[in-house]
Amino acid sequence: MREVAIIGVGMIDWGELWEKSLRRMWTEAALAALDDAGIDTVDLITVGCMSPGLFVGQEHIASLLADEIGMAGVAATRTESACASGSLAFRAGFAEVASGLSDIVLVTGVEKMTDVDGGDATYTLGTAADREYEAFHGITFPGLYAMMAQVHMARYGTTSRQLAAVSVKNHANGLLNPHAQYHLKISIDDVLNSTMVADPLHLFDCSPITDGAAAVVLAPLDKARDLAGKRPIVKVAGSGMATDTIALANREDLGKLRAVELAGQRAYAMAGRSPNDIHVAEVHDCFSISEVMVTEALGFFEPGQGGPAAERGLTALNGKIPVNPSGGLKSKGHPVGATGVAQIAEITTQLRGEAGQRQVNGARIGLTQNMGGSGGSSTVHILEVA
Amino acid sequence: MESPARSWREYPQRYRLEAAKCTKCDKVLYPPRVICPACHGRDFETVTLPREGHVVAPTVVRVPPTGFEEETPLPVAVVELSNGVRLMVQVADMADPLELKIGDPIHLEFRRIQQDSEAGLLFYGHKAIRD
Repeated sequence: MREVAIIGVGMIDWGELWEKSLRRMWTEAALAALDDAGIDTVDLITVGCMSPGLFVGQEHIASLLADEIGMAGVAATRTESACASGSLAFRAGFAEVASGLSDIVLVTGVEKMTDVDGGDATYTLGTAADREYEAFHGITFPGLYAMMAQVHMARYGTTSRQLAAVSVKNHANGLLNPHAQYHLKISIDDVLNSTMVADPLHLFDCSPITDGAAAVVLAPLDKARDLAGKRPIVKVAGSGMATDTIALANREDLGKLRAVELAGQRAYAMAGRSPNDIHVAEVHDCFSISEVMVTEALGFFEPGQGGPAAERGLTALNGKIPVNPSGGLKSKGHPVGATGVAQIAEITTQLRGEAGQRQVNGARIGLTQNMGGSGGSSTVHILEVA
Repeated sequence: MESPARSWREYPQRYRLEAAKCTKCDKVLYPPRVICPACHGRDFETVTLPREGHVVAPTVVRVPPTGFEEETPLPVAVVELSNGVRLMVQVADMADPLELKIGDPIHLEFRRIQQDSEAGLLFYGHKAIRD
């Protein structure tokens, strides 16, 4: 396998972007990544997008977007694994470059979520659960994670305060990220006093509905050295992916995320790294409880210690292992197909030392973790300064 | 939009609680499958689920999806039946949904699950009742 480098990253400001269509958001992010890399042609475009069919009534978007950016003729494909669609686009691009099938790949993620109303958005996101045996009974995504939270709380004594600390920390980080949807400082009491969505999860335990896009450009490491100039080169050291049952009822243990554990083990093994080696991480905090359970599944903390760690500040920007310096899904926003690619963009920016006020000092090894549904799929990537 | 066929083909498991018992390893699969995830056996006999069990993971849905607007607050739980099979169900007849706790004993009853669909379909299935 060839070594693969990330030679460009592109983000746009995320939010409720009434004035921008899916194709407009996507093209702006893709051009930003190509400009950052200093190139204008690619061999392949990958697009992570969960449900353009239900959100905007458009399928076949990889070809549509290749045309939109003036590259009709290039190879293009879409990946889907619910909220992990973006990191699957990245993994597909990585495999293409590593294998030699492609040299330059434009990896992108996008989701346009606000063209439908809240009920339809909830329905569309609910298609990532088991339609016939979960959603049929009226359970929602906050509800599924709330059930895992109930089990985690009963087993380990995890508290609502500890969960709230995750949201408070991610909003504090998002204040420092110009691309974030929310620039809003919140307190523990703000979280605990917000509307209950599904017990024990409050509104401020939940990530929002967001329009957004993100992109990165991949190339073989030797070519990256020609293009990099004086910037640090960031390479892909490890890539792991795993699945679990979609339906919670089919899982033996609702107190842990098995797909995250497996994907993490595979990525650590490929990179020759362990949890203690990681300097900074972007993880899938679709709900506060998710970040707690993910930091346990990735080995940053022992099972049951994710909540206390968040409350003690161990995951803060200046903590033992800074988690979600971008603001995470909670504050940066969660346009589902774009999230996995934006995580790669953030860690690349951190490892280049270009993250400004939210820079984690001395970060040379970083990790991203992206998750589909209630943990039915997960990817983990480890990036390093080459 | 639900079609009549889509609803009809679920009747054996939804209405009659039919499950598939693997003849090789005795694992009971609900809903039925054609290959056993535990031993990869492909031969099954049809069994009926027991109706008694307990709560494994409860929550109360306060913000409902389309079709459940009149049902909130809606208690929902993963329950484990006496033969070890787990399923997702609504919990009915709770005066205070927040009283539902892990370990509470329940039994299943045949009930209407959703409001009528736009196509006029009625959706039935099983809900848990706390004992």
